Amino acid sequence: MSRIESTMQALAAQGRQALIPFVTAGDPNPGITVELMHALVAGGADIIELGVPFSDPMADGPVIQRASERALAHKVSLRQVLAMAAEFRKTDSKTPVVLMGYANPVEAMGYEAFAIAAREAGVDGVLTVDLPPEEAEECAAILKKHAIDLIFLLAPTTPVARLQAVERLARGYVYYVSLKGVTGAAHLDVDSVASKLVELREHISLPIGVGFGIRDAESARKVASVADAVVIGSRLVQEVEAGEDGLAGRLTAFLQGVRAAMDTARA
Amino acid sequence: MNEPLRYHQPDERGHFGQHGGIFVAETLMPALDELRVEYEKAIVDPDFMAEYRYELKHYVGRPSPVYHAKRWSEQLGGAQIYLKREDLNHTGAHKVNNTIGQALLARRMGKKRVIAETGAGQHGVASATVAARYGLECVVYMGAEDVARQSPNVYRMKLLGATVVPVSSGSKTLKDAMNEAMRDWVTNVDSTYYIIGTCAGPHPYPMLVRDFQCVIGDEAKLQMVDLIGRQPDAVIACVGGGSNAIGIFHPYVEVPGVRLIGVEAGGDGVETGRHAAPLTANAKTGVLHGNRTYLMQDADGQIIETHSISAGLDYPGVGPEHSYLKDIGRAEYVAATDKEALQAFHDLCRFEGIIPALESSHALAYAARLAPTLSKDQVLLVNLSGRGDKDIPTIAKLEGIQL
Repeated sequence: MSRIESTMQALAAQGRQALIPFVTAGDPNPGITVELMHALVAGGADIIELGVPFSDPMADGPVIQRASERALAHKVSLRQVLAMAAEFRKTDSKTPVVLMGYANPVEAMGYEAFAIAAREAGVDGVLTVDLPPEEAEECAAILKKHAIDLIFLLAPTTPVARLQAVERLARGYVYYVSLKGVTGAAHLDVDSVASKLVELREHISLPIGVGFGIRDAESARKVASVADAVVIGSRLVQEVEAGEDGLAGRLTAFLQGVRAAMDTARA
Repeated sequence: MNEPLRYHQPDERGHFGQHGGIFVAETLMPALDELRVEYEKAIVDPDFMAEYRYELKHYVGRPSPVYHAKRWSEQLGGAQIYLKREDLNHTGAHKVNNTIGQALLARRMGKKRVIAETGAGQHGVASATVAARYGLECVVYMGAEDVARQSPNVYRMKLLGATVVPVSSGSKTLKDAMNEAMRDWVTNVDSTYYIIGTCAGPHPYPMLVRDFQCVIGDEAKLQMVDLIGRQPDAVIACVGGGSNAIGIFHPYVEVPGVRLIGVEAGGDGVETGRHAAPLTANAKTGVLHGNRTYLMQDADGQIIETHSISAGLDYPGVGPEHSYLKDIGRAEYVAATDKEALQAFHDLCRFEGIIPALESSHALAYAARLAPTLSKDQVLLVNLSGRGDKDIPTIAKLEGIQL
């Protein structure tokens, strides 16, 4: 059983939902990332999504674009991100780490070389935004061989006909993008998310996380009442952007508030 | 004699050999599927195709002539150079062939709003033009650096009723404009049609842009027979994304004995690393803007900034079909530097009375390099993809002239 699977099962057994924070690796500098990852765990993170910076983040709004630019100013590469994950893994053997980014850095490294290095670094899953199931066969097979979960996005526009292809290749969890738009957009509609999740669950057996547009404890609580996991990205990156002073403590405190609200979601 | 080449690309999922495909976020997948289905219906719908051809004839002014550049050929002292005059199209470039086709598709699909990315501004102008013509709302994304160096086209788009959005992220050029257009599309996918201007992007764009641009080569094949009783020895076109090149190359792919030569932007010289010539520089394959293709990138897979005097060629990738034509050896790809392009620009002005676009000047520059090595009875057909009025401020500035 993968670390993601066992984490999700343990939470489900307790009637709780996973809290999945996102930060971009190397933002605002490569030296601080591992400390921030531990701070997220201290705040109640169940899984960490670690953003791999990319020069052309087409699916991201301005907040995460700027995070990528700050990291790339330090020339943070995929190999360095893997080294950060490995460093984190030395003192946290429990919290799953999912790398989130775009296809090209993975392509440039090569699927096999990447899968081996990711496994060695203690990475548990990968989400490449621009690698839909139609193009993911080869990558999925190689990652599966090395026991790395390939995580797919589903969108409000995804028709039922496509869900089978996702169900066949997806592992770990699937990530439902709550709205049509880029990361950090602000028009989350929990009712439409809830009704879409009912439809998705008829075809998807994996846990379903929801992200895009979750900005505070209240929106996290609402989403937790219908989803299996809550993903928070841009809001945390804004904390990073606000400056390094007390950053780890601010991230922990913010997530603690979110965690507490989520734990009342289905009380 | 080799077997004649039989060419049917792409496959049903948009692959040209190892290139092409669909690499986009999930939200856009259904929209691309809808576009593909609608496009496949449209191109076999006689009414749709009749309207497209009518517009090309009466609105664009097609067919564009082929012109024998006799004085310049004599000056070069070798092969005869013929120019396919896409610069004479309405809006001044080949881009309108595609934007008319896609605007008709948008209208057919019930989309009221179109968006476009633009580098030199030619595709933006062509999109704004057809949006005005068909009563569609139009938003054009343009890198902030390009907004500065192509100001006449920015104003032109505004006159035509379009909103021009300067993009200040990344390198502030064409690739960043394309990123921003993708972000708009993913947000407004229900109401909006994205008019991609080059033969790149996710399937079906590389195929449909090519098909709408093939009118260039289809006409040229008939015109060359009229003019010289045969096909040219080589067809030469500039390649950024490569839409004008694919439009003139594709109808010639199965014609034996015609060399197809794509000319990339060599910038300061391919050997300096400051260029926009992924094919000439033997760049590795990568994934950007929805397709796999040869791509200028560093060892970590980050896209590197490109350099060209010409905003329209300042792009790190290339349409996937060009990558495929390189792989199978059917087309050759070379580069012309900024300096060579400028020389060709001036020569065409002075010897033929034609002001070419800086993009097209790259194709002219290679023709000028090749022609003297060939005999006087050989023929080069150069796609003069656009006129140079938009580049006048750039050229004047380079030469220290205050307009």
